[in-house]
Amino acid sequence: MATYLEFIQQNEERDGVRFSWNVWPSSRLEATRMVVPLACLLTPLKERLDLPPVQYEPVLCSRPTCKAVLNPLCQVDYRAKLWACNFCFQRNQFPPAYAGISEVNQPAELMPQFSTVEYIVQRGPQTPLIFLYVVDTCLEEEDLQALKESLQMSLSLLPADALVGLITFGRMVQVHELSCEGISKSYVFRGTKDLTAKQIQDMLGLSRPAVPTQQGRPLQTSEQPVISSRFLQPVHKIDMNLTDLLGELQRDPWPVTQGKRPLRSTGVALSIAVGLLEGTFPNTGARIMLFTGGPPTQGPGMVVGDELKTPIRSWHDIEKDNARFMKKATKHYETLANRTAANGHCIDIYACALDQTGLLEMKCCANLTGGHMVMGDSFNTSLFKQTFQRVFNKGFNGEFRMAFGANLDVKTSRELKIAGAIGPCISLNAKGPCVSENELGIGGTSQWKICSLDPSTTLAIYFEVVNQHNAPIPQGGRGAVQFVTQYQHSSTQKRIRVTTIARNWADAQTQLQHIEAAFDQEAAAVLMARLGVYRAESEEGPDVLRWLDRQLIRLCQKFGQYTKDDPNSFRLSESFSLYPQFMFHLRRSPFLQVFNNSPDESSYYRHHFARQDLTQSLIMIQPILYAYSFHGPPEPVLLDSSSILPDRILLMDTFFQIVIYLGETIAQWQKAGYQDMPEYENFKHLLQAPLDDAQEILQTRFPMPRYIHTEHGGSQARFLLSKVNPSQTHNNLYAWGQESGAPILTDDVSLQVFMDHLKKLAVSSAS
Amino acid sequence: NSSWHNYGRMKDNLVYMASEQGDATLHFSLIWENGMLESIQVIENDKASRGGQIYATNTRGQVPPLVTTDCIIQDQGHASPRYIRCTTYCFPSSSDMAKQARIPLAAVIQPFAIVPPNETPLYVVNHGETGPIRCNRCKAYMCPFMQFIEGGRRYQCGFCSCVNDVPPFFFQHLDHIGRRVDHYERPELSLGSYEYVATLDYCRNNKPPKPPAYIFMIDVSYRNINSGLVKLICDELKTLLDKLPREEQEESSAIRVGFVTYNKVLHFFNVKSSLAQPQMMVVSDVGEVFVPLLDGFLVNFQESRSVVINLLDQIPEMFADTNESETIFAPVIQAGMEALKAAECAGKLFIFHSSLPTAEAPGKLRNRDDKKLLNTDKEKTLFQPQVNSYEALARDCVANGCCVNLFLFPNQYVDVASVGLVTMYTGGTLYKYNNFQVSLSDSNFLSDLRKDIEKTTGFDAIMRVRTSTGFRATDFFGAIYMNNTTDVEMAAVDCDKAVTVEFKHDDKLNEDSGALIQCAVLYTSISGQRRLRIHNIGLNCSSQLADVYKTCETDALINFFAKSAFKAILSQPLKIVREILVNQTAHMLACYRKNCASPSAVSQLILPDAMKVLPVYMNCLLKSCVLVARPEIPTDERAYQRQLVTSMGVADTQLFFYPQLLPLVSMLFSDSVPAAVRCSEERLSEGGAFLLADGLRVFLWLGVSAPPELIQGLFNVPSFAHISTEATSLPDLDNPFSKKLKSILEHIQSQKPYTMKLIIVKQREQSEMLFRQFLVEDKSIYGGASYVDFLCCVHKEICQLLS
Repeated sequence: MATYLEFIQQNEERDGVRFSWNVWPSSRLEATRMVVPLACLLTPLKERLDLPPVQYEPVLCSRPTCKAVLNPLCQVDYRAKLWACNFCFQRNQFPPAYAGISEVNQPAELMPQFSTVEYIVQRGPQTPLIFLYVVDTCLEEEDLQALKESLQMSLSLLPADALVGLITFGRMVQVHELSCEGISKSYVFRGTKDLTAKQIQDMLGLSRPAVPTQQGRPLQTSEQPVISSRFLQPVHKIDMNLTDLLGELQRDPWPVTQGKRPLRSTGVALSIAVGLLEGTFPNTGARIMLFTGGPPTQGPGMVVGDELKTPIRSWHDIEKDNARFMKKATKHYETLANRTAANGHCIDIYACALDQTGLLEMKCCANLTGGHMVMGDSFNTSLFKQTFQRVFNKGFNGEFRMAFGANLDVKTSRELKIAGAIGPCISLNAKGPCVSENELGIGGTSQWKICSLDPSTTLAIYFEVVNQHNAPIPQGGRGAVQFVTQYQHSSTQKRIRVTTIARNWADAQTQLQHIEAAFDQEAAAVLMARLGVYRAESEEGPDVLRWLDRQLIRLCQKFGQYTKDDPNSFRLSESFSLYPQFMFHLRRSPFLQVFNNSPDESSYYRHHFARQDLTQSLIMIQPILYAYSFHGPPEPVLLDSSSILPDRILLMDTFFQIVIYLGETIAQWQKAGYQDMPEYENFKHLLQAPLDDAQEILQTRFPMPRYIHTEHGGSQARFLLSKVNPSQTHNNLYAWGQESGAPILTDDVSLQVFMDHLKKLAVSSAS
Repeated sequence: NSSWHNYGRMKDNLVYMASEQGDATLHFSLIWENGMLESIQVIENDKASRGGQIYATNTRGQVPPLVTTDCIIQDQGHASPRYIRCTTYCFPSSSDMAKQARIPLAAVIQPFAIVPPNETPLYVVNHGETGPIRCNRCKAYMCPFMQFIEGGRRYQCGFCSCVNDVPPFFFQHLDHIGRRVDHYERPELSLGSYEYVATLDYCRNNKPPKPPAYIFMIDVSYRNINSGLVKLICDELKTLLDKLPREEQEESSAIRVGFVTYNKVLHFFNVKSSLAQPQMMVVSDVGEVFVPLLDGFLVNFQESRSVVINLLDQIPEMFADTNESETIFAPVIQAGMEALKAAECAGKLFIFHSSLPTAEAPGKLRNRDDKKLLNTDKEKTLFQPQVNSYEALARDCVANGCCVNLFLFPNQYVDVASVGLVTMYTGGTLYKYNNFQVSLSDSNFLSDLRKDIEKTTGFDAIMRVRTSTGFRATDFFGAIYMNNTTDVEMAAVDCDKAVTVEFKHDDKLNEDSGALIQCAVLYTSISGQRRLRIHNIGLNCSSQLADVYKTCETDALINFFAKSAFKAILSQPLKIVREILVNQTAHMLACYRKNCASPSAVSQLILPDAMKVLPVYMNCLLKSCVLVARPEIPTDERAYQRQLVTSMGVADTQLFFYPQLLPLVSMLFSDSVPAAVRCSEERLSEGGAFLLADGLRVFLWLGVSAPPELIQGLFNVPSFAHISTEATSLPDLDNPFSKKLKSILEHIQSQKPYTMKLIIVKQREQSEMLFRQFLVEDKSIYGGASYVDFLCCVHKEICQLLS
């Protein structure tokens, strides 16, 4: 093992795990003094080209409270055919199938390189995936047309045997029957009346003799499909029919008078979608895909009234407690989200409108169920069209990049307890000896349900070291964590992925330098950011910032090298050097700042932040800036106003936006049309280079970023100017004296000022 | 036989002599001589004296010809008797006198009655934006009863005597007899009936109304699909929709149509013209029904023809494999009403229903038919709706101008009293086809449906009856809804619907000015025009009871008695209601005898000339199955007939209570049109054939030795024995008998609101039992008295009253 950096990278690639600390402080007291908690980012279904799944059941520890999976860390007695659980030390007999094992004939899960193993297991009959489209018809003609085309197109992308259903809504909610020939038939519901699942099923004629539900899936295959098939049909059977039906969809025909919003019954539509699936296909992989072009304006879950003169709530209204529908609506959607999650279904929200659409209230639907949230200006944009298409992208092995109904079980060795998780999951309330009383994120459990996930879905999992100071861990002792993820693969197979990792313990008093060197500042920044964002959902913004600042100062005090009260003497080691800068950008990010963002936008940004992997999360915290010039090949440059030079083209990636910015001179050249002259072909190439790079990002990212092409002085340049560190502002422009970079008109503090303050506070003996 | 009979004619009174036998027991029997005393004779006499003539309504208090008499009526200042017929044309001048005589003072108003083509249709007066001219005080409309004074600058209201200014645009000089120069140019000055074009003030929300809509709502539960009824309706609608009523000057009908099918849930159909296929929208929230679509539900048939035809083709197939047998009912009406409300127009629902609505929904009904209740104080509950929600629904329907026409096809009890309630209150028509079988009985239904769709109808109507001082309208009977004591609300009123209005004295009436009545109906026409239809009639007043008795109109009286009795059974036991009727009959006659007739022996029964047939008719009313509780009579049938009579006009009640019995043999063998005969068995003969019609049914009775050539001609079978009584129509045969009978049947059927069901009865066969019930002068098998027995009974009452 060469460096910790390589170790971290290796681990991430193999197991999809990044820990904040890679050597663990061995006592509870020392661990709390480390400021950044012991935690990890886990990507449960990280794509592994080199991991062929095994076709048998995992071997479990026989202790009922443990049930850990046999792994390379277990001690094996090959002669006695016994193995010892490395979590509870129970000695277990191998099952009969393992009779032939020996030191040279090991099953995969005992080999050290297989710290992650994926099992394919046979459990219950396989049911096809379900896609239920819930479509808003209160759209502009052009938008509706675009949406219809996207939906029609999507039929060709679905797995052929998948079941598909259609619900449309406006003033009323229509559940379309797909099986009938000739005349098109739909069940209509009032948009103002909330119905229970039972009522919905009764009204749809779905309530027939009770189907045993303990299996979680219909048994009488002969009868059940007949009942549900009216609304959910295999794609291959009805794609022609559904294509026509979608083609004939009309805008909501109810008249909308001047000065009014259309009446949109999103709340009831979702409720019906949830109720429909709840009754017919509980615990089956199912996506409810909501396409909406505006805020819900009536019935349960309404976010704003239909009077256009009353605008939809802003952060200002919320702070002033002026958002009269917010609480009730949020409660409605939360109830729905919880029911959906309990059924193992997920809700995607595709909201395209120029104004807000109520994502703030509806966010829990996507957040708790692992659904997607996509926000755009119109359905007639490539942002929506391509993003939607990417939902059905296939991975390298031709499988859909989606999995359903995952159950994540975390097991720890005795010195550790589980404090909580932050990500697109809900708690399964599995109490056990390894569950900590201190909660960080969604805590109080060792198991979480993730109703929908893809290979990049990443959860933050927080631990607590519980080993007492006076009970030292023997030299060379290792702490272990096992992640067991059971899920429904997109091929409808049941699979279990097991990842077992171990890290060394170190005494923080004597071996602090080891712990320090094994600090993963990137992971730590993201893990702290997730905690911050999680708190920001329920706490006041300034409180969260204060908490974040205090943590940073304490970390600097603990790991910085300095002489007391001398800010200039302050130094941080390499493994910590970038951390303050991450925190500086995080403080400015839309995840914690609501200024200039609508509540919907904040919800949208936070949604994505809580589920992306480390690399993407870091981009979100601190956007990447590339510079293109004649002076050399493209290079990453500081996210700083000093990087904005007249003869450069900048490419900024904030995850949500891709900004291409032409410097002043470049912009003038382009206007003059040099790129079209054969003698300036190199200029043409220079202009093209960032476009190509941007395309590459645009092609792969989900959701597709907003693409902004601007230039010096352009109005859209604000996207860049608001992100860079304002090292030059109108306040200090003349002090710098020289003309490099672009001054930013802001009163925000720059990174330099931030660092100065940080150093001062860190070295201060007063604190 | 020791009884002794006498018969004589004194002055204008008929006197029956009865012999007293034993202890004060009256035994009564009559010798009918030359048919002199038959009701038939009265009808025939009137026909002979006034039939075919022109009857001009130029005189106040003039008694019109009988309803059974054909004549040409000329409006010369009073409404035609087709529109208004009164129980008496001379009101007693004081309330004491009225109480003494106990003759009901009532008018039967049929505001949209059809006038034959040889009479002038109503003129339409259009005063433009100013609207109709009305009295400032009582709001009566300009009419022939207004007296112009001061050289034509002012006029005195004939109803309240208020003096009003003549609006400048309406001013006209008076001639030498104080009549306006333009008297004959203006319908509102010279005619009893005319129409006004209403202004926006008379419209709902001050907005011009939209043309009305017809919504067809078909029960597609298992039974209706299985019986082929749904297919029959759908097929028929395809041709019927071309015959929607339209204004004469217009090319096509302005009426829009919509379609709903239902069983336990409702299916609405989008039949927008731009669609390639109709679309079905299911509303299963029957607890709170709503309209799932606006655009495309109500369409112009001509524009959406292909989609509608497509739909009608598909409906029977769509539900072909249904096994849903439960139905809803109240939500269906609610849905239709909401649809009209959403479309902001008035209209008619055509509901085709066949079973008791037992599905879980508002208005759910259970089978509560209980024969044990008959002849108890609780019997009235059988005529009342089972649940209250139907009344509230009816109120909402009326408030939204939604008329409900109900076509029932029951095999068993469907609770007509409940399901028919909304129909009754909204001015709709109830049709009932028991044990309907598509191949056998469809012609009646289809012809009813056709007629109903084509009927002239006023929508969203309000009727107000104004009277001159001294009396006022107090009670209203009919297919109407009353929110207050004066405004008669009708979601729709068609040509067959009549409202019977009872008047009471407020004060003494002035004999010079008489009793004036103005009936104004504000309504929306089939083209969506808001109009006012005004009918005026003037009656005389007299302080002489003889004048009152002389101008009585028995047909109208029976209409009134029937309607008031049928209303009374909702609150009183049948026995009491029957007693009241008998009692009142006796009272009227006793009062006459006491005050008007010349003194005569107590044993003599004296009838005023104008009331000669009152006892016969009254007996028929008393024998009506509504008023006779017998377990053999289905409750639904009684409720049905009760409802029918409530909205009937005078001609219909006359025929309904005293059926027409026509001897066929003489009719068919000669070209003559012989008169009807008394409804009595003694008129039948073994060698004869008779037709009997009561407005709902027509019986063809054949004697055992009816002429074989007749049987051959009508049925194309060799003998009496070969005649099948199953048939519900006669074969179309090319011979004079068949043709003649067909034309007679057609003639009987013309102008009747319901298509009569043809029943073939062979003498001395089982089916004769039913037929005999219609021989109303005989003793009924259900215990109704024969005419003679009834006379005897009334006479006894009179004697008691006089002593």
